[in-house]
Amino acid sequence: MAESETVLEHHFRDLQQQREVSELGMWIFLMTEVLLFGVLFTSYTVFRHSYPAGFAAGSRDMETTIGAVNTAVLLISSFFIALSVYGAQTGGRKKLLWGLAIGALLGVVFMILKGVEYYDHYQHREVPGILFDYAKPNAHGVEIFFYLYFVMTGIHAIHLTIGICIVVVILVAAYRGRYSPLYHNPVEIVGLYWHFVDIVWIFLFPLLYLIDLKR
Amino acid sequence: MSSEVIADAKPPEVTVNYLNEKYGLKSWLLTTDHKRIGVLYMISITLMFFIGGFFAVLMRLELLTPQGDLVTAQTYNKLFTMHGVIMVWFFLIPSIPAVLGNFVLPLMIGAQDVAFPKLNLLSWYIYVVGSLFTFYVVVSGGVDTGWTFYTPFSTAGSNTHVIATTCGIFIIGFSTIISGMNFIVTVHKMRAPGLTWFRLPLFVWSLYATSVIMVLATPVLAVTLLLLAVERTFHVGIFDPALGGDPLLFQHFFWFYSHPAVYIMILPGMGVVSELIPTFARRKVFGYNFVAFATFGIAFVGFLVWGHHMFVAGESLYAAMTFSFLSYLVAIPSAIKVFNWTATLYKGSISYDTPMLYALGFIGLFTIGGLTGLFLAALGLDVHVHDTYFVIAHFHYIMVGGMVMAYFGGIHYWWPKISGRMYPEGWAKLAALIVFLGFNLTFFPQFILGYLGMPRRYYAYAPEFQVLNVMSSAGASILGVGYLLPLIYLLWSAKYGKKAEANPWKATGLEWQTSSPPPKENFAVTPIVTEPPYNYPTLENPLKESEQPGKQSLEEVPVG
Repeated sequence: MAESETVLEHHFRDLQQQREVSELGMWIFLMTEVLLFGVLFTSYTVFRHSYPAGFAAGSRDMETTIGAVNTAVLLISSFFIALSVYGAQTGGRKKLLWGLAIGALLGVVFMILKGVEYYDHYQHREVPGILFDYAKPNAHGVEIFFYLYFVMTGIHAIHLTIGICIVVVILVAAYRGRYSPLYHNPVEIVGLYWHFVDIVWIFLFPLLYLIDLKR
Repeated sequence: MSSEVIADAKPPEVTVNYLNEKYGLKSWLLTTDHKRIGVLYMISITLMFFIGGFFAVLMRLELLTPQGDLVTAQTYNKLFTMHGVIMVWFFLIPSIPAVLGNFVLPLMIGAQDVAFPKLNLLSWYIYVVGSLFTFYVVVSGGVDTGWTFYTPFSTAGSNTHVIATTCGIFIIGFSTIISGMNFIVTVHKMRAPGLTWFRLPLFVWSLYATSVIMVLATPVLAVTLLLLAVERTFHVGIFDPALGGDPLLFQHFFWFYSHPAVYIMILPGMGVVSELIPTFARRKVFGYNFVAFATFGIAFVGFLVWGHHMFVAGESLYAAMTFSFLSYLVAIPSAIKVFNWTATLYKGSISYDTPMLYALGFIGLFTIGGLTGLFLAALGLDVHVHDTYFVIAHFHYIMVGGMVMAYFGGIHYWWPKISGRMYPEGWAKLAALIVFLGFNLTFFPQFILGYLGMPRRYYAYAPEFQVLNVMSSAGASILGVGYLLPLIYLLWSAKYGKKAEANPWKATGLEWQTSSPPPKENFAVTPIVTEPPYNYPTLENPLKESEQPGKQSLEEVPVG
């Protein structure tokens, strides 16, 4: 905690440079994340092309209502995180603290609903590799659909969990008054990360839940 | 970080530098100084280099005779796999970027440190953790899939330590990503005033392009290996045809990373050579802009050629033709570089110091490696030489003849800056010569072997191949001597060598404007750059801008 005396780290010229550095760093990190999820989206495309009927059948077994609610939950959480960034920039302490708190809370709500869904699929014996038993046709396609469903939403959930943890850490620091309009890089870059995780879900939801709407 | 005191106590008559500023293991293991982290990387990478080399020695011993008599077929599979895994991920990829890049990048751009010093240290620790996994694999019996981990053998066939190996690679990937991220941000945001993009040394350009590949390609490998591990553990997935998957998809993902990774391994070497050639020819680089843009040309087109690894794996003819064409295309920027280096030599005042010997060796060997790459990019010929020793020879000419030569050249060139001592020039020249001869004797016969049809990855071979194989093994032992010599004399010189001056090569880069070894904060005063790079006085304009042949002279510190 050497930098608690001064927020400017020793190797930077000024706070402006320090802020630009952390922001650019986060954007590049997000670029790596795009490529990371890119592999999964590519696999999804390839196998949806190979097993269109299996993917449609798998998608019909999704809890679309929970998925839709979760989409709304994440979007609203992003609003509150954006609010907290605005609060940090303008010195609005209430906005900063409540924004982070509600954002993290909504993240937890998302995770709980996701857990309910996972449990549901387990009950229906739809967890490939652990418990999978599908008697209807297109079993191969359905199995791959559920495999990709668990991998994609699982990696997304890991990202969200990390996001929640970081937001809580930032919240504690904000509560102790670490951030000011002059120095609030951590709030800004965790905001970028949060929105990214949100956007990934915006793609996951239609691809996984809405393949065959005329059910 | 409370060492601003040193910056205030500026008069540098007692040379406080990054090496003697603090002592003790803890001061090294908890350092955030990019120079010390570079040295930490150098030590760990050297260790991995000799472990990887040890496996190669065993392979060459086995191949002395046509029969499989030294090791079993299974052991041989493990030997080449461990050699590949260690050399690719634990030596080549981090070699120049993490050692030389870490050390000189901030110095070259006049910065105090990289943009994220703590992440920089973290990347070294991640490297160490990844290496521990690999050590575990080595002692517990190895892995036999080949460094490419092709499915379904890696997911369903092999009963060796696939998961532990891929874990190690997965982990070390984060170290690569962090380094890449760090370098990109450093180049963008930490340059000294006046150091515009087109005043950057070419090594910085190549590190930048390398970093872009690192951050874009590595995540793809990470997820692919994750999927592989999941498939192997839970017997469900998308790569095994028995499970409804597609093994070719794995190859696409793997080579989408691993082909650009080849450029992670060669671009920094090209950058080092672009530093060495102008320094020892005393000339401005011919066509600086072209070399800089060619770097990006290679980085960009390098992302579009991965399919040439799968010409015989069952990809469609049209895909194969496209990938073949694009692979030819990547030769253009590579050739631009070779021509520009040679043109730089023209009318130069060349001195043959050791780094220059390595640079010249690089140009020749890289040219052979590159041209044989064109053979392999040709669809028809590739079918003939696919999976033969021709391919082995080709990529060793690039990776060992190119990258390792450049790494050694760079190590010798910056050794005075790193250690503050000069290496023994006579021994170094001898070692460079031995490396060059040993290398060619090892790998040139392999071109012929491959063309005659000797397949790779076999521990026994037809008797008519023996002469060439014995030549290759003999060359490998000479090469081994060439690699051990620098280890010995560099270590010796770190203690007993002649003290180095700030700028022993009379070179122009900013890193030579500070003392050798540099102080912790690199520069007593942030330098201001007013000149283009490599601004050596030439015959045509002998004294232009050469009141200060370097950049801005800060205090010229007469060290030693």
